[in-house]
Amino acid sequence: MANVVYSLLPVCAFFVYQYGLSAAASILVVTASCLLAERFFVRTGTQAGSLSDYSATITGLLLALTLPPGFPLWMGAVAGVAAIALGKALFGGIGFNVFNPALVGRAFVQAAFPAAIATYTPSFLPNRFSEFIPSTLAWPLMAPADTAAWLKAMQYDALASASPLARWKFEGFVTPAWDLITSLAGHMAVGPSPLLILVCGAYLALRRFMDWRIPVAVLGSAGLSALVIYAAFGTKYPDPFFMLFSGGMVLGAVYMATDMATSPVTPRGMWLYGALIGVLTVVIRYYSGLPEGVMYAILIGNAATPLIERITQPTPFGKGLSIRARRSASYTMHPDYISREEAAAKTPTKRFLKNKPKKK
Amino acid sequence: MKLLSYFRGEAFQRGVHPPSCKHTADTPIRRLPFAPRFVVPLSQHIGKPSRPIVRVGEEVLRGQPIAEADGWLSVPQHAPATGVVEAIELRPSARGPWTESIVIRAYEASTQEVLWGTPQDIDAFPSQEIVLAVQRTGMVGLGGAAFPSHAKLTVPQGAKVETLLVNGCECEPYLTCDHRLMVEQADELMAGIRLAMRATGAGRAIIGVEDNKPEAAEVLRRALPPQGDIFVEKVPTKYPQGSEKMLITALFGVEVPSGKLPLSLGMVVNNVGTLAALGKLLPAGRGLIERVVTITGPGVARPGNYLVPLGTPLSFVLDFAGARAAARQVILGGPMMGQAVASLDVPVTKGVSGVLVFRGEDMAEREGRRTYPCIKCGECVESCPMGLNPSMLGMLAAQREYELMGQQYHLGDCFECGCCTYTCPSNIPLVQQFRVAKQILREKAAA
Repeated sequence: MANVVYSLLPVCAFFVYQYGLSAAASILVVTASCLLAERFFVRTGTQAGSLSDYSATITGLLLALTLPPGFPLWMGAVAGVAAIALGKALFGGIGFNVFNPALVGRAFVQAAFPAAIATYTPSFLPNRFSEFIPSTLAWPLMAPADTAAWLKAMQYDALASASPLARWKFEGFVTPAWDLITSLAGHMAVGPSPLLILVCGAYLALRRFMDWRIPVAVLGSAGLSALVIYAAFGTKYPDPFFMLFSGGMVLGAVYMATDMATSPVTPRGMWLYGALIGVLTVVIRYYSGLPEGVMYAILIGNAATPLIERITQPTPFGKGLSIRARRSASYTMHPDYISREEAAAKTPTKRFLKNKPKKK
Repeated sequence: MKLLSYFRGEAFQRGVHPPSCKHTADTPIRRLPFAPRFVVPLSQHIGKPSRPIVRVGEEVLRGQPIAEADGWLSVPQHAPATGVVEAIELRPSARGPWTESIVIRAYEASTQEVLWGTPQDIDAFPSQEIVLAVQRTGMVGLGGAAFPSHAKLTVPQGAKVETLLVNGCECEPYLTCDHRLMVEQADELMAGIRLAMRATGAGRAIIGVEDNKPEAAEVLRRALPPQGDIFVEKVPTKYPQGSEKMLITALFGVEVPSGKLPLSLGMVVNNVGTLAALGKLLPAGRGLIERVVTITGPGVARPGNYLVPLGTPLSFVLDFAGARAAARQVILGGPMMGQAVASLDVPVTKGVSGVLVFRGEDMAEREGRRTYPCIKCGECVESCPMGLNPSMLGMLAAQREYELMGQQYHLGDCFECGCCTYTCPSNIPLVQQFRVAKQILREKAAA
């Protein structure tokens, strides 16, 4: 699992590049609180596993990437502890958890601190490497400092700092897809570049540390359903590219939905699970009061995993529609078979051009 | 890289590609000298144990029958060396339990020449007679299963065999005994194939050779008889291709229905070692008293393919190959399906195709690795050639839900190839758990 951590490092670096000190502090604090909680629960014997399997590190990094950069650090620590305690230790540790721990942590703080988690700050502020976002350093249990006033002092419009999804949901403004893919244009309040996440995910999939089917299924089904809705009622809904590259869609599809313990092991189940998450995300984003739906879609997908596995068990060898010839079949099953030359003469050969002369 | 395999058109679905490690592929077969004592177990095969027909103190000749078949699914045993029967008693066997064995003390100056056996005009025999002659040789499947060959060559009433498949895949890493047999004894193999075709009534024979043995395939092609009813086919290298069901899928693209034999598709599959030995033994009217064994592994000073008299104690074999001092783990068979032996007193039997010796330092890395909880990565599901769900089976085995494993998750289809254990990143001994589960289910069914 160390490889998943390595593949997350460029994404984290990009996040720090976007938001500066606050993002770095958030990543460190959340990951540290996850590791401490993991250590505590392993030590007290509540759960299996150890710190060296890197699973708590992955949970911490992913959780930090889903939180707003100006999220108060103490709330981040609460999220980390909740992720490990409620998402993992409660079920018995690595491999036994039903829900993705990082998303459990995020769902917990979303319910506990709804105002703080909705407060996004613009990226690429000029002083991001010298100054914390004021809400970052809030005292525990105190109201965080007002970020909007701080932004106003710096001549930034607080409204422009809403995330693209919130701007679409509440203002009807659709951010161009290319800006979303790179995350580099202007001062958008977005996470790390989806393009970078896709590249890191491709590395993992090629090294076979991650199953490629789940992200393909999630993105494919979300894109398809968004396309259908866009084609039917175009003016009311954004184009499919906006759906795919806004919010946590790509991060969720590549790193969250593919969490091994909470996704199906059966190949057919993976497709079904990914498709379910993609469709649910679109439904939540379009037809609910929430601007973002990836988190709940994946949590519902996690809950459905045992059921999905049950109905998609692989077909054992020789039990399905098994008597079917494949491409690799070198011999036909004729009982009157005599020689290979005769068999070759009997079976028609496929040729691209009908009149192409035979090569001698 | 699974993605590419969808476009390549694979031999059979799933499976694994372990490193081949066939270091002894170019080592010619050499003869092993006689051990001072031989232990011939009466149960070296699947089926009923043989019945001894010699007494303690009796002198036996090399090649002389010392035990007869007890019933149809049983084979006789032959003396591996000239000597005197010292005891008929319980001795440790490689499978674990002590079994009734005939202990022979070899005479020191005895010759390697086989002194027993009457040549027979096997070409004049009708097919039933050939099958009986096969049983008299004591032949079993030399690929490792040790199923009596005459039972396999018998075609039941109403069934018809069209194709004889000859299994020269040898997909297990390290093992090269079949490879050397194909290279060195191609003519005997052809004779054996001819006899097996006559015994089963098959119209054609296909030798399946994995494409990592081009030399063997080339030698066999040159040795093919002019009639043109025997073919050599190369199949893409992949473990476990040596399983007969996988080989059939690789060659024909069809799957043998679950719970049925290849006979249901009109095929009989035999190992090259079995047929080469039959081609040699049947015309001479002799019994099976020696077989080729690959002795290799990092703990062996002189690795190679040895012609080992059956019944030679493992300690003698290892002494001769220069292994004993460094030996830490000794595995009979291949590294994927073979089993580690608990004692070096066990003899080499008919089903032993390889002896692998690993030193302490080779084992250190493996032993240092811990078993982690299952993280449900699905690697085992991707590797199981039988299309089972080893992840689910493993979780059920941990909860001792053996009946559920058998009824709902097709445990009976598992042939213990070990692909799941090989790929498991958490080092869970899956196939070992399945072996226990299958054994418990068998005992419950018997009770």
